Amino acid sequence: MIVAERKPFDEIRNMVSNYKKVLTVGCGTCVAVCLAGGSKEVETLNAELNLAFKKDGIEFGAETLERQCDMEFLAELDNKVDQYDCLLSMACGAGIQFLAERFPNKPVLPAVNTSFIGVNLDVGWYEEKCRACGQCVLAMTGGVCPVTMCAKSLFNGPCGGTNKTSCEIHTDQPCAWFKIYERLSGQGRLAQIMTVSPPNDWSNQKPRKVIQPGYEERIKAMHS
Amino acid sequence: MKAGSKLERVLKAGHFAFTGEVGPPRGANVNSIREKLKHLKGNVDMVNVTDNQTAMVRMSSWAASIICIQEGVEPNFQMVCRDRNRIAMQADILGAYAHGIRNMLCLSGDHQMFGDHPQSKGVFDLDSMQLIMMVKKMRDEGKFLSGADIDVKPEIFIGAAANPFAEPFEWRVHRLAKKVAAGADFIQTQCVYNMPKIREWIRQANDMGLTEKVYILPGVTPMKSIGMAKYMQSKVPGMDVPDEIIKRLQGVDKKKVADEGIKIACEQIAEFKEMKGVAGVHLMPIEWEHMVPEIAERAGVLPRPEV
Repeated sequence: MIVAERKPFDEIRNMVSNYKKVLTVGCGTCVAVCLAGGSKEVETLNAELNLAFKKDGIEFGAETLERQCDMEFLAELDNKVDQYDCLLSMACGAGIQFLAERFPNKPVLPAVNTSFIGVNLDVGWYEEKCRACGQCVLAMTGGVCPVTMCAKSLFNGPCGGTNKTSCEIHTDQPCAWFKIYERLSGQGRLAQIMTVSPPNDWSNQKPRKVIQPGYEERIKAMHS
Repeated sequence: MKAGSKLERVLKAGHFAFTGEVGPPRGANVNSIREKLKHLKGNVDMVNVTDNQTAMVRMSSWAASIICIQEGVEPNFQMVCRDRNRIAMQADILGAYAHGIRNMLCLSGDHQMFGDHPQSKGVFDLDSMQLIMMVKKMRDEGKFLSGADIDVKPEIFIGAAANPFAEPFEWRVHRLAKKVAAGADFIQTQCVYNMPKIREWIRQANDMGLTEKVYILPGVTPMKSIGMAKYMQSKVPGMDVPDEIIKRLQGVDKKKVADEGIKIACEQIAEFKEMKGVAGVHLMPIEWEHMVPEIAERAGVLPRPEV
């Protein structure tokens, strides 16, 4: 899932302080699961905002959509946004941008910082696992991502900083390449990393699009 | 000859190579680097010029390498993967070669969080292994990484680093093999203090036929104090300092600790001279350049061969 964290309250307060009617928009998917921007978090944030702006008379509305990264769900707000002069989104960066695209005349403000694609370690505890590099090498590296888990994203690690199973950046951070070695060694697959991995394709630094097989014609038709 | 650098000529002629190191200044202080080089000139075959080591901003390594050439000392231009993408790397390699630089050491680089700009974006477009491959391709094929032709290719003697100690130890020699396969001509290792371990690593490299393909220069750094030894043992990632080294330094009179450190270094060098598969030694006297003449003298590596 995409993991996010709510922004510090003071930052949110400063952002909304010049508006009179603010609609806080939650998202029911990733950010709800990671306890950052679902309906509960919308409720909590609005309670805090109401308290802070009691004297200023700012009104806060609340809506939580199934997903903000889908126009179909954003359409549910079409009849409501006119009553507000600002939208405060608690979705991930993708959702916030899609909301802003749906309502280009309204200021859309982010109430969360989007952190990473990660997993649930425990309730309220998440760890990054994927950088969405677009060139997955997990087959070669025994299911441990060198792009995400190695602080230098090395494809031919470990570097000289590997430190008794830890990374040089911190003893709490495991060395990804130690893990890769351990995993592949245990599976008798060390041959996988005996040859040099060539330079990676990082050409992911422009906005990317994905069209799943079977949908090419439909999308072509929509754009013609 | 691949590049015809002095280091390559020394090694090719079968001499035991002796290389040194100099850190560029934290500023444009040309005199400080010239001062350091005075102690190194004539006492070593080549001087490594570090590239923003520990991620602290310093004079660029290629620029400081040019100052070495001006002073009559052959540089080993260190390049880390942390600060440049493949475009800047290739540009700097061409520029360095154009100015007479003939050796390079290809490194990952310490993580940016250790330095004075921890907010910076680490590049790591290539890793050290891929950097070696790229320099080899530029030199041997006369092609950029993209495959396009180079107009006058850079003839560089390609160096790489190795850490013979880090866990898992059994993987270390295979990583060395990867660097050799990528195109390394010579290897300079992390500072060696654990002699039994390096003996075993060199033995493995001999058995795999690697020492016939690459020149290995173990790193030697004399301990200046007991504090330094303890710091290196506990605080420096990838370093392996056995307790015996610290005990030995503690066993001598306080005024003699530094001398004992040099003695240990000289004993190591003496053993490396006799070790099959070892082609030389890389001396890294951290901020102790003025001691290099004495260390070289006591280690019996003078005079340096004229090749």
